[in-house]
Amino acid sequence: MSITLANISKSYKSLKALEAISFEVKAGELFGLIGPDGAGKTTLFRILTTLLLADEGTARVTGFDVVSDYKKIRNSVGYMPGRFSLYQDLTVEENLTFFATIFGTTIAENYDLIKEIYVQIEPFKDRRAGKLSGGMKQKLALCCALIHKPEVLFLDEPTTGVDPVSRKEFWEMLKRLQQKGITILVSTPYMDEAALCDRIALIQGGKILQIDTPQAIVRHYPKPIYNLRANKTYQLIKALKAYKNNYSVYPFGEFVHYTDQRTDFDPSELKAYLESEGLSDVVIEKTEATIEDTFMELAK
Amino acid sequence: MKRFIGFIKKEFYHIFRDRRSLFILFGMPIAQILLFGFAITNEINNVDIAILDSSKDDVTEEIIHKISASKYFSIKQFIEKESDIKGIFKQGKVKAILNFEKDFSKNLVKDHKTTIQIITDATDPNTANTIANFVNAILQKYQKSLNEDLVVAYQIVPESRMVYNPELKSVYMFVPGVMTIILMLVSAMMTSISITREKEMGTMEILLVSPLKPIQVIVGKVFPYIFLSIINAVVIVVLSIFIFKMPVQGSLFLLALESILFIVSALALGILISTISATQQTAMMISLMGLMLPVILLSGFIFPISSMPVPLQLISNIIPAKWFIIIIKGIMLKGVGLEFIWKETLILLGMTVFFIALSVRKYKIRLA
Repeated sequence: MSITLANISKSYKSLKALEAISFEVKAGELFGLIGPDGAGKTTLFRILTTLLLADEGTARVTGFDVVSDYKKIRNSVGYMPGRFSLYQDLTVEENLTFFATIFGTTIAENYDLIKEIYVQIEPFKDRRAGKLSGGMKQKLALCCALIHKPEVLFLDEPTTGVDPVSRKEFWEMLKRLQQKGITILVSTPYMDEAALCDRIALIQGGKILQIDTPQAIVRHYPKPIYNLRANKTYQLIKALKAYKNNYSVYPFGEFVHYTDQRTDFDPSELKAYLESEGLSDVVIEKTEATIEDTFMELAK
Repeated sequence: MKRFIGFIKKEFYHIFRDRRSLFILFGMPIAQILLFGFAITNEINNVDIAILDSSKDDVTEEIIHKISASKYFSIKQFIEKESDIKGIFKQGKVKAILNFEKDFSKNLVKDHKTTIQIITDATDPNTANTIANFVNAILQKYQKSLNEDLVVAYQIVPESRMVYNPELKSVYMFVPGVMTIILMLVSAMMTSISITREKEMGTMEILLVSPLKPIQVIVGKVFPYIFLSIINAVVIVVLSIFIFKMPVQGSLFLLALESILFIVSALALGILISTISATQQTAMMISLMGLMLPVILLSGFIFPISSMPVPLQLISNIIPAKWFIIIIKGIMLKGVGLEFIWKETLILLGMTVFFIALSVRKYKIRLA
């Protein structure tokens, strides 16, 4: 096991940030922590990176206890905090050199590990880090977290505030790093990124809702789910919420995801109801549940 | 060691790329020393005075001549009536008026006694006092020259001599003070700001999750400022020697060692401040209020400690700057060696060790 948590709890004054969290991450796994802002993801990362002490419970990273062996953990993990935390007044190259030096290595020594990422920012290597775009900053931060060839990589919301193209690229890089044997714990508020992980933990309000592979989590969705579309989305949602048999109604892109309370649900009846509410072009089709649906269901 | 050098290199990048801190580092010492040296001065030089001479005889003429010949006074105007005195002071044109009585020389010859009134504008009491003393000194000298060939029985002539700063040049007083302030400010404020900046920017989080030991981070942060503070100290001493003709009677080597000791104690204070403040702004406020004010007010730099109320005198003992000012005054003006200032040095050393120990203890190996 690369990371083990047992009964970790942490409170800030009266606020319970984490409540009895337990899970394990296998060596070489790409594990995702999925949850909204304020779910406790950052607190969890800080406990695992030895930056915070938990109130209760124990945690081990690469076999070392986060409290008593914190120095050993600090030698062997890479950490990328949620906020961009590099030296803005240093250039790209200076930042990377600095982090290589304090970990007792050089850029050349581990260049093959960061090469694919670094070539993308290399043209800007003389630019100050503060002047980079969001995606570039994240790539540089990832390089800096990787430069000492860590066994475990902690990435706290690495794609927040990054454009969709860069997000996709970023995840492709994570996949490649995983193939090099690095265990990765990554958190994200984006449900679509969850599907790219080996296993995910859905977390909300300091509690873990479910842990499984993304496929299994979706499979466990209890009800058939329908994609609805009509000429006026806002009125559609309003009408669905007013419908007496509805179980859940969530906007989902240009569609609305709908589940019904009854087991013998007849879509044509719902269509008739919606048309009587003044909607037209109503389309109702069955669809696969997504992680977002599961999350909303579990978080209910 | 390589890690440490890498860290220091990074610190120098920070310092040289931040114009604001560069200005504080090098602009301020020079500006302050020139300001204190030239503008803010309480020494007597070409003070404007007025003369009311009601006898206009040989003796008064000679005295007036002697006074105007000294570089301390320049005679602005002669007045005729005593009633003009008030008006002239109200205009603020002169700082003092010498009033020779009627029949000045006649009385001197006849009664062996004559009077001259020195009226000073005491809105600035220190200056008024000094003016009176200087006029007295000139008069005494003149009187002595008159008595040269006379044998006067039983005469006590007080002859006061100001040692170490015979001309009472205020720059001699200010240089040690300014040097203390600047070293304190640069060392303590700049380090505390540079450490809290790491916290504010979130980079402290990454530094903590790295193999760097707390002591490496602290020493790495402090080292560049030791270096820069030494440069500052050298600039100040050189400026004061060449521009203000400030003597350095004692050993320059001892002065350098004591300065380094003081710099280190100020740096330790800076680290301590950074451990209790979360933002650069707080660090700056604490440095300014908590360090600058006591250094200016309670170190004996401007206000003599011996004339403070007892509680403040006691408080002044815990201010490192007080001891450093005693030390550098001793070395620069009196030319004393370590055998005369070992006590102060020991106190400063003790404080430094205490601050360093406290800040290493208070340095957090985790967040919050």
